[in-house]
Amino acid sequence: MIDAKHSLILIAVIAGVTILLRFLPYFVFSKHTPKAVLYLGSVLPYSLVAMLLVYCLKGTDFKSASHGIPEIAAVALVAVLHKWKHNTLLSVLCGTIFYMVMVQFVFA
Amino acid sequence: MNKITVKAAFKASLPIMAGYIVLGMGFGVLLAAKGYSFWWAILMCVTIFSGTMQYVGVNLLGAGASVISTAIITLTVNARHLFYGISMLERYKDMGWRKWYAFFGLTDETYSLICLEPRLPKGADRRDFNFLLTLMNQIYWIIGGFLGAFLASLIPFNSAGLDFSMTALFVIIFVEQWEISRCRIPIYLGLGVSLACLFIFGADNFLIPSMLGISAGLFIFRKRIENAEREALKHD
Repeated sequence: MIDAKHSLILIAVIAGVTILLRFLPYFVFSKHTPKAVLYLGSVLPYSLVAMLLVYCLKGTDFKSASHGIPEIAAVALVAVLHKWKHNTLLSVLCGTIFYMVMVQFVFA
Repeated sequence: MNKITVKAAFKASLPIMAGYIVLGMGFGVLLAAKGYSFWWAILMCVTIFSGTMQYVGVNLLGAGASVISTAIITLTVNARHLFYGISMLERYKDMGWRKWYAFFGLTDETYSLICLEPRLPKGADRRDFNFLLTLMNQIYWIIGGFLGAFLASLIPFNSAGLDFSMTALFVIIFVEQWEISRCRIPIYLGLGVSLACLFIFGADNFLIPSMLGISAGLFIFRKRIENAEREALKHD
């Protein structure tokens, strides 16, 4: 551990920059929001969730022993199960347990 | 804040609970390994509340990084939050005092859930719902960080793969958006541009080029997307 003072400063910098990024659009656009920004705000969620999904799976190694099979199979299971039952909790639970079994036992 | 809203927010937060406690614990364990007590883990979970940046932060603290490089790394890793704020300008407009906390706590997961605008039971207040959902998520996150740092290596069970719950959540939100979207171009753009950038720039550097590419694409196809949405509205 580095000294407490420098630790506190670094934590403050990380927190400060993150807060700034989260609030900046509000400070800049809250009084007047240009049409282009409103448009972006309405369609971005669709694109960004797709991006976050890629982000979650970016570490998948197709050259490893498992060839990415646990990831592909678990994602497919969650998608199909959710399309069928539309129960968020059920989909998360089944997908996660299935993935854990795959990485801990099947492809251990 | 009425009971119906609290209940609705709690129900909506359940899928995030497991993921945040597990990811928070992972963070706590790593931080403890660098010699920090659980108080530091709690401090970071309360003030930063950003999963990716707290994991990166562990290494910055461990290496005793400079203020400048810490600021630059935070800017690049968390730049996507700028885009989250843009999507929330309309949704959080009427939230009054609640919006200060709601913007502060706008994590990937909270953002994705709130963007879906889940149907609320009668009598529930959406402003309180957004606020409470954010708060509950942060409480899970703090509990996880504390447990991880406090128990460190004492965890008695093999949790490998448990963090898939977060991926599962994004798959679910992806499926729901797929179903409600009136025009799928933004989804195709998000997938295509991110995958292309992942191959070109690699896993560590693809987020910022992806966001730039997605925004450019959304403006290139703006006419088509807006027309498609207008058409779909007519048929609704």
